[in-house]
Amino acid sequence: MSQSNTTMNLTMYRISSWLKSPKPYLMFIGFGFVLSFWYFSVEVWKLPRFQDMPALTEVIEEWFSKDPYYGLSVYTPEYYKHIGISLRRIAYAFCLATALGVPLGLFLGWSQKLREFIFPLFELLRPIPVLAWVPLAIIMFSGSETPVIFLTFLASFFATTLNTMLGVESIDEEYSRAAYCLGASRWQTFVHVVVPGAMPYIFTGLQISIGVAWFSLVAGEMVSGQYGLGYIINTAYIMVQYSQIIIGMITLGLFGYITSALVRVAGDYMMQWRVRELALGGD
Amino acid sequence: MSTLEKDDSMPTTGAIRIEDVVKVYDPDGAAVMAVDHCSIDIPAGEICMIVGPSGCGKTTLLNTIAGFHGLTSGHIYLDDEILCGPGKEKAEPGSDRIVVFQNGALFPWKTNLENIAFGPMMEGKLSKAEIYDKARKMMADAGLEGTEDSFPGEVSSGLRRRVEIVRALMNEPKVLLFDEPYRALDSLTKSVMHEALLDIYYKNKVTIFFITHDLEEAIFLGHRLIIMSSRPCKPKKIVEVDIPHPRDYSVLTSPRFREIMNEAKGVVNEEARKAFEAGEKEG
Repeated sequence: MSQSNTTMNLTMYRISSWLKSPKPYLMFIGFGFVLSFWYFSVEVWKLPRFQDMPALTEVIEEWFSKDPYYGLSVYTPEYYKHIGISLRRIAYAFCLATALGVPLGLFLGWSQKLREFIFPLFELLRPIPVLAWVPLAIIMFSGSETPVIFLTFLASFFATTLNTMLGVESIDEEYSRAAYCLGASRWQTFVHVVVPGAMPYIFTGLQISIGVAWFSLVAGEMVSGQYGLGYIINTAYIMVQYSQIIIGMITLGLFGYITSALVRVAGDYMMQWRVRELALGGD
Repeated sequence: MSTLEKDDSMPTTGAIRIEDVVKVYDPDGAAVMAVDHCSIDIPAGEICMIVGPSGCGKTTLLNTIAGFHGLTSGHIYLDDEILCGPGKEKAEPGSDRIVVFQNGALFPWKTNLENIAFGPMMEGKLSKAEIYDKARKMMADAGLEGTEDSFPGEVSSGLRRRVEIVRALMNEPKVLLFDEPYRALDSLTKSVMHEALLDIYYKNKVTIFFITHDLEEAIFLGHRLIIMSSRPCKPKKIVEVDIPHPRDYSVLTSPRFREIMNEAKGVVNEEARKAFEAGEKEG
C-alpha cells in the first residue's frame, strides 16, 4: 500500500465522518447567526451607529455585480489583480521567511554558542511591532514593493525562527543518544534526528507565520503601494466606498484561510508518521 | 561466572570490566555521589542483571559505559581496551555498545524498517539494497514481518521494543545495554518479551548489561544478578543463577527459582527500604 493511497483513504474517511457529525451544521448555524445579526441591525432595526455601515445585501450585490458601482466585483479583472498582487507579496515574504527562519532556528536550537551569540539580539528585535518598522522600511528600500514585502517577511521570520528553535529544544535527548549509539556522526544526527524531530514545531511555526504575514501585509499595503487587498480597504475608506471595505475584508479572510490550510496540508504530507500516529490514537 | 556456558557459541569479545568507578554529580555546588567505588567484571556473552532500587545510580553506570557521561575516577574497559578513565574522561558513544532505552527511542519519523536499517546506513559501508535485505531478514527472524512499513507509533509497545532490539543487533554490537526497557509494559506483555529476548540472545550471543528492579525478570533472564546498594550505588551482593539456558517460562515455578528468589529478595528489600527512608529524609 503506497503512502499517498493511505493519506487519500484517511482524508476521505475524515470527510465522511465530518459530514456525519453535527459539526458542519453547527458551523452553518454560526455563520447564519452572524450574517443575520448584520442584516437585521443595519437594514431592519437600523441601530444607532449602524446607519453608515454597508448593508449585507448591498455588499453582496456589489460583490457579485457585473457592473459594480465602485468598480470592483468578482467579474472585474481589477479585483483579481489586487488579489494576485497581495498573494505574490505573501508568497515572496513567506518563502523568504521560511528559507531563512527554519535553518536559523535549527542552528539556534542545535548550537549553544550560536544561541548565546544571536538569541539576545533576536529577542530584542522580536517584540517590535511591524508598524514600528514602517518608516525604516520605506527609508531602507526603494520603490513601493520591497518595503511591503520586507514588512510582511519580518513578523513571519520571527515566528518561524522561534518555533523552529523551540522544536529542536523539544526533542527528547534519547533520540540523539540513540543515533550516536548507532554510529551516527554529529552532522548525521542533525539531519536524521534534529530536523525531522523539530518538524511538528516547525509547522506550528509556519501556521503562525502565514497568519502574521497577512496581518503585516495589510499594515504594509495601507501605508505603501498601489495595489493589494490592504490598499483596497484603505482607499475605500478614504473614498467613502464602504461596501468595498467589506469585500476587501472578506476576501482577506478567505485567502488567509486557504493559505493556512495549504500549510497544514503540506505539514501533513511531510509528517506521514504523525498523521498516522494521531489517526490511530497513538499507542 | 560458574554458570556461564563455556561452549563454542559464546562470543570471544564483549567483556566489560568496571574498575573502582566513582561518579560524583555536582549540581549547584552540592556534590552528590551517584556511584561509589564500584567494580564489576562481566565476561563476554554473559547476561548480567543489575538490580537495585529506583534512583540508586544504576543508569548513571550504564550512561558512563555508553559514553553519555564521564567518570569522576576509575576505569571502564571493553576487552582490555580502555573506554574511559584518567586521561579519557568520557567514552565515545559507538555501535559496539548499544543502549535500549527505558522509554524506547525508535525514531517515530522513520518506519520500522528504516529504523532497523539506520545504523548500517549511517556507517555507509554496505549498499542500501544490501542493508534493507539484511534488515528484512532480521525482522523476519524476530517475528516482525508485516510491520516493516509501519511507523513505530502504529504498532504495540511490545513490538516496538522488539524492533528496537533488532535495530541494535543490526550493528553487530559487542554489548547491549538495557535500561529497564520493560518497565512500562504490563506483566503479560513482559513475559512474552522476556522469551523473545532470550530467543534473540540464543541466536545472536552478545554481552548483555541489563538494569531492572524486577527480581523475577532478573532471575529469569540473567546468568548473574548484581544487587546494588541504594545511593551511592555499589555492588552489595552477587547472586549466581545456576538454572541452565536455554530457559523458558516453566523455570519460574521450579524450586531452584524460588530458592534464588528468596536469597535475593532479602537483600533487595533491605536496600529498597534504605532508599525509601533516604528519600523521606530528603523530601
